[in-house]
Amino acid sequence: MLEINHLVKKFGPLTAVDGVSFAVAEGEVLGFLGPNGAGKSTTMKMITGFLAPTSGTAVICGHDIETEPLAAKRRIGYLPEGAPAYPDMTTAEFLDFVAHIRGLRGVEARRRIGYIADLIHIADVMHQPIETLSKGYRRRVGVAQALLHDPSVLILDEPTDGLDPNQKYEMRGIIRELSPHKAIVISTHLLEEVEAVCNRAIIIAGGRVLVDGTPADLAARSRYHNAVRLDLASGDAATIAAELRERPGVAAVEITADEGQAGLCVFSQDGQPISDAIVRFARERGWPVTGLYVERGRLDDVFRTITAPLELPRSALLNAA
Amino acid sequence: MTRTFTIFRRELRGYFATPLAYLFIVIFLVLAGVLTFFVGNFFDRGQADLQPFFTFHPWLYLVLIPALSMRLWAEERRSGTIELFLTLPIRLSEAVIGKFLAAWCFAGIALGLTFPFWITVNVLGDSDNGVILAGYLASWLMAGAVLAIGAAVSAVTKNQVIAFVVTAALVFVLAVAGTPVVLGLLQPWAPSGVIRAVAGISLFAHFAAITRGVVAVRDLVYFLSIIVAFLAANAVLIDLKKAD
Repeated sequence: MLEINHLVKKFGPLTAVDGVSFAVAEGEVLGFLGPNGAGKSTTMKMITGFLAPTSGTAVICGHDIETEPLAAKRRIGYLPEGAPAYPDMTTAEFLDFVAHIRGLRGVEARRRIGYIADLIHIADVMHQPIETLSKGYRRRVGVAQALLHDPSVLILDEPTDGLDPNQKYEMRGIIRELSPHKAIVISTHLLEEVEAVCNRAIIIAGGRVLVDGTPADLAARSRYHNAVRLDLASGDAATIAAELRERPGVAAVEITADEGQAGLCVFSQDGQPISDAIVRFARERGWPVTGLYVERGRLDDVFRTITAPLELPRSALLNAA
Repeated sequence: MTRTFTIFRRELRGYFATPLAYLFIVIFLVLAGVLTFFVGNFFDRGQADLQPFFTFHPWLYLVLIPALSMRLWAEERRSGTIELFLTLPIRLSEAVIGKFLAAWCFAGIALGLTFPFWITVNVLGDSDNGVILAGYLASWLMAGAVLAIGAAVSAVTKNQVIAFVVTAALVFVLAVAGTPVVLGLLQPWAPSGVIRAVAGISLFAHFAAITRGVVAVRDLVYFLSIIVAFLAANAVLIDLKKAD
């Protein structure tokens, strides 16, 4: 439904997006991850036809955004960064305006606006000027606007920013509910969000795609993948750690102390499963283990290892100064 | 066409959603009255026409219309709504024209509310309503030209104050282009073609020509081409400067 081929955007000497390519099929929810300034928003602006790419194409349901902008834009629902909306309009006026522009009229428009207002839970602020709404409501009005015409492709730039935990949970539920019949791209820097709603993740930094895979693929790249955490009731954590380090398949052992609770984190070699061996060994040795958890891998850890090298020059510069 | 109208309607409503519209209309009417009666010696002239009323319109517009046009695009840019607006399935031309027409219509409403002046002259004497109508037409065209210039300037900045000052300065240059002072400066060295061209672009000269009651094609063409040219510039500038 959405195909992006070698998108490049240059602002003068700066290359913000440097040859980004990917395709999103119906039913996919793509999490677009990257540090600030990585080119996420710029890529989204090109997909939605706000910025013209320096080179490359974005094709939405068979319509090139450059050569058939109207046909392409009709099929996109877009929540721009910061969820902008006309502050002096009420929610109802604003949605009515967008519906009109999108070609929805009369009964159909009212039905659609009513449906979306219920779905996104903004029915109680319909007659309030947008400038008086809280950040969370404003964000939801922005999402509502993007959904009015039931688009095939949904591009959401930080859809849960500014929402409280309950609202975030709700918004993710809505995105999941919508996903079977749409191609959805959401940008975020919340890694938990990727795990909660996305079935695919792309990490971009320095304008390039560094990783493209499922959240599970990503997690598998973490050094925490298949690591085992042990909670110890008592005993000498240092001795136990030393013994564990000698075991085959164990790459490293770290001693952790969480609120007085002694514990160990056992990293596996090459991410191989080691929990069975450790459980058996612990029982053999009679260690006072009160809890044992297997880590799937930490996305934030992967995110840091992948994107940190690219940010290094900047911090090095700061240090020099 | 329907999309242009939808944009037009939203924009026009937008004026009345804030106190700006009412403030603008009140200031316009008060200033028009003060200039007409006190500076223009409306009563002392003993003539039942609106010449003193229209004479000051260009100067009024020089100050007031940029205040109307400055927010057209600068506000969209500042609040980020420009990104929402231009990713809707509309043509850039529809956006530019819809916004301009709303502003022009608003200026027309303000101008229309000066009808008590027209009633006054008709009560006081036997006035030539054809000339008065021509005066209103000239004034509205002038407002349109200044608005189009202002819209194009507003397209390149997110700062409304800058949009205001630059528009006023540009309009001032266009306004004084045909005055003897400017032409006198050019006379010694510029070729006669240039002098005629400079005299020809003067907003005030074309405005004055119509207010005398002669609606000549060349004056209409002048105003309409200013409007079209600056709206085209508006579209190009938006397209070029979207990223900033």
